[in-house]
Amino acid sequence: MATIDIHAQPAVQHHDDHEHEHHEGNFWTNYIFSQDHKVIAKQFLITGIFWALIGGVLSVLFRLQLGFPEANLEWLRPLLGGWITPEGKIDAEFYLALVTMHGTIMVFFVLTAGLSGTFSNFLIPLQIGARDMASGFMNMLSYWFFFLSSVVMFTSLFISTGPAGGGWTVYPPLSALPQAVPGSGLGMTLWLVSMALFIVSTLLGGINYITTVINMRTQGMSFTKMPLTIWAFFFTAIIGLLSFPVLFGAALLLIFDRSFGTSFFLSDIYIGGEALAHEGGSPILFQHLFWFLGHPEVYIVLLPALGITSEIIATNSRKPIFGYKAMVGSMLFIAILSFVVWAHHMFVTGMNPFLGSIFTLLTLIIAVPSAVKIFNYVTTLWKGNIVFTPAMLFSIGLVSFFLTGGITGIFLGNSAVDIQLHDTYFVVAHFHLVMGSASFFGMLAGVYHWFPKMFGRMMNDKLGYIHFWATFVGVYLVFFPLHYIGIAGFPRRYYTWTNFETFSGFTDLNMLVSVAAILTLAAQFIFLFNFIYSIFRGKLAPANPWNSTTLEWTTPRFPAHGNWPGAIPAVYRWPYDYSKPGAKEDFIPQHIPYSETPESNFKHENDQIKLEMNNGSAIVVEDKKH
Amino acid sequence: MVSILIGVGAVLVLAILYMIFRIDGLVSLVKPKKEGEVDEAGNNVHAYLFLFFLVASLVVFFWYSFAHIDGYELPVASEHGKITDSLFWITMWITVGSFTIIFIGMFWFTFKYRYQKNRKAEFFADNSTLEIVWTIVPAIVLALLIFRGLAVWNDITSPASKEAEVVEVVAQQFFWSARYPGVKDQVLGHQNFKMIDAVNEFGLDLSDKNSFDDFKSGALNLPPGKEVLLKIRSRDVLHSVFLPHFRVKMDAVPGMETHFKFTVTKSTQQMRDETGNPNFNYEMACTEICGRGHFSMKFPVFVHDSVEEYEKWKAAQEPWLKQNPEYLQRVPANLREVALIKAGLPLEAAVSGQASTSPKSTQAASIN
Repeated sequence: MATIDIHAQPAVQHHDDHEHEHHEGNFWTNYIFSQDHKVIAKQFLITGIFWALIGGVLSVLFRLQLGFPEANLEWLRPLLGGWITPEGKIDAEFYLALVTMHGTIMVFFVLTAGLSGTFSNFLIPLQIGARDMASGFMNMLSYWFFFLSSVVMFTSLFISTGPAGGGWTVYPPLSALPQAVPGSGLGMTLWLVSMALFIVSTLLGGINYITTVINMRTQGMSFTKMPLTIWAFFFTAIIGLLSFPVLFGAALLLIFDRSFGTSFFLSDIYIGGEALAHEGGSPILFQHLFWFLGHPEVYIVLLPALGITSEIIATNSRKPIFGYKAMVGSMLFIAILSFVVWAHHMFVTGMNPFLGSIFTLLTLIIAVPSAVKIFNYVTTLWKGNIVFTPAMLFSIGLVSFFLTGGITGIFLGNSAVDIQLHDTYFVVAHFHLVMGSASFFGMLAGVYHWFPKMFGRMMNDKLGYIHFWATFVGVYLVFFPLHYIGIAGFPRRYYTWTNFETFSGFTDLNMLVSVAAILTLAAQFIFLFNFIYSIFRGKLAPANPWNSTTLEWTTPRFPAHGNWPGAIPAVYRWPYDYSKPGAKEDFIPQHIPYSETPESNFKHENDQIKLEMNNGSAIVVEDKKH
Repeated sequence: MVSILIGVGAVLVLAILYMIFRIDGLVSLVKPKKEGEVDEAGNNVHAYLFLFFLVASLVVFFWYSFAHIDGYELPVASEHGKITDSLFWITMWITVGSFTIIFIGMFWFTFKYRYQKNRKAEFFADNSTLEIVWTIVPAIVLALLIFRGLAVWNDITSPASKEAEVVEVVAQQFFWSARYPGVKDQVLGHQNFKMIDAVNEFGLDLSDKNSFDDFKSGALNLPPGKEVLLKIRSRDVLHSVFLPHFRVKMDAVPGMETHFKFTVTKSTQQMRDETGNPNFNYEMACTEICGRGHFSMKFPVFVHDSVEEYEKWKAAQEPWLKQNPEYLQRVPANLREVALIKAGLPLEAAVSGQASTSPKSTQAASIN
């Protein structure tokens, strides 16, 4: 650790004389324990992709069970061993572990760490014009806590009692009692340890993102000139900072209940032939604590994806994003409201029905800013000049999923309608589209869009197109049919439905969903090949491949630690000057002063020129901040 | 055979993908793209694909929904269920309507405004009127849905009337049991989880005189046209009562009794006639993950043809205490006579009941 500290200081010093950033340090400090935000971002990305593959494979395993309940899965024995029953079926308890781990991995490890961790780290310093994060060391710790947490969670997949199997929401008493399900033994202990480490990682990252955005913006980069990506990461970090500690508290109390005989969540339990000593606790309390994180978590996952999309849609429509202020306002509104809607997950848990009324009201209010965002995206496309880069395709896909999945939230948010739909496949369809697939598409869009900046090379766009169309159609085929079986009342987390006359139909539909899921997962390997191949053999990227306006494209092809070899450029205009009337090009980057573009300036912008002149000298010596 | 076909197919797809990848690489060597230039023909492909996707997906969605939704809709058999169903369908029409409009708009714009070299996008950064309109219109529509929804919700969750038929449902891994208050006192006796044993599965507190005539049922029997108050308990982990045809769902929480009131409108026989399925049965399922057997927690439900028949059925049931007379021992001495009368046991059974206690309770202990 000491060596890292020593390297940190000279690294910053060197940037001022603009040279030899790349030569210092060795393999370990450059690629493993790096404090460079760009390297840390890539570490998050690659770990995230690894987890996405695991999460995807787990989902295909349980889709095999649901789509082909009669099939003999003996051929999976080399992989799953004893979890395949002698009859060649997936064990019913392992099935629950599969859905639990799929949820945990996708929500936390892929769409929180993989998405926020990657793009907040990568884009915040590059887009606001900073040399690095406020604390490179904390940033490095953030990744390594995530790595530790990943190791623990990954280990739990291989223990003999199986990983946690009480659903990703880990409601006690099921998650507290190993007698109730074997996954609640060591598997659950590892789950809790892993999540505790994960929360530490998220908090270290979040504090850094917030501090960096507030303190380290370059000259001229006022809050109102920040790209929407940065706004989104900023709000996301704040939400995370306020909500994750509550999950930490809940996890801690659960650890106490499990190991030290307290009764926060347990009461009146008779199991395994004995009455337990726990009295006076409330399982509902855990649900309140869990969803106090759990609901904001939805927006922690979604907002970065929406931010990324805003940026990509504006760039590739060659148009300013429509309603910049409304976009920021709706994100702010969503961020605030996300803290007061949690109990809509709990309408039928026995919670006081009066609370149900309040949360119905608040939940449906949050639909308004979400609708505004969709309208703004659609209007941004209107009269654009749309270039379909792979990133743009995935962004359009995101908006489509956000619309399709968002609209079913209006059913579920209404407590009276939710009675029937709660915990059915309707809910599964809803959140997989609006939060799962939409955010996943945001992440892919981000990778395709910023790959040239990350690795200095281009990804193959033909493979990107095939990847998009296969995934886009695949996702709809997987999740859209689930609405129908949800309306038919099929409950979630069922190993099989054949025990019930009411739910015994629609095997063909379930088969279709499973086949689509397998093909969609297979299509991701096209991406994986493209990603790995392009890192080493891709075409070298031009400086600004998408003709974008934001600051990251003013850095060299392979930016070193410190990002800009010279002074950090100053910023004069907002990030969405695309197709400005009168301008020569169809984009004007943020660092071009108004004095250089008299032909396209609006009247109030001409007034800015004087200010630019006054500040002229100050701008050059800007990076004294460090 | 099928697996060989799948294998061959997979290899072919991989080969095609590789070809596309190689050809693309070679073409870009021969004809390097100028920087910043957009390949219009290639770009148009996606515009047309989006247009095709728009049309195809909407056609499939509307055709399939109109043709097959009847198969997915569960027949409704409760009073509040009709109301929540209507709210569901109102929401459906509103959301599908707005979804279709936005969906068409989005993909049409995507198609229409595809890249053309000589066109410039319109610099259209904001418009207050538009933004206010599309903030207020959804707000009003949602407000209407909320107020309708809240009114319904308040009705459903309001306290049950005093005359409501009380039935207790108790969940455990992985089955249900029902307890009825008994015809003599019409009140459920107290229970306590510490009194649960292999025989006394409800944890019946036999020092409470209301428990003497309580009876257990292996199926949920309900009267038609009369309000039922379901009291729901769990013995171990969370479970959830789901009566899909009655649009009833409520978690079973250990340590906390929950309840749901509803009125069934159709007897099992009526439903058999209406659906034309002579084997139709109402079912109760569990919808909160509860462990290995979560998917198998089925509880049969039977709705009698009339309240009178239901009462007749109730009167014919044996109280739990009568079935397990050895538990008379747990009844305090001063209440024993009341217990005998309420449970319908002959008065002299008090002695024999005591006598038969010891072997059975040791048996129970050995099971534990």
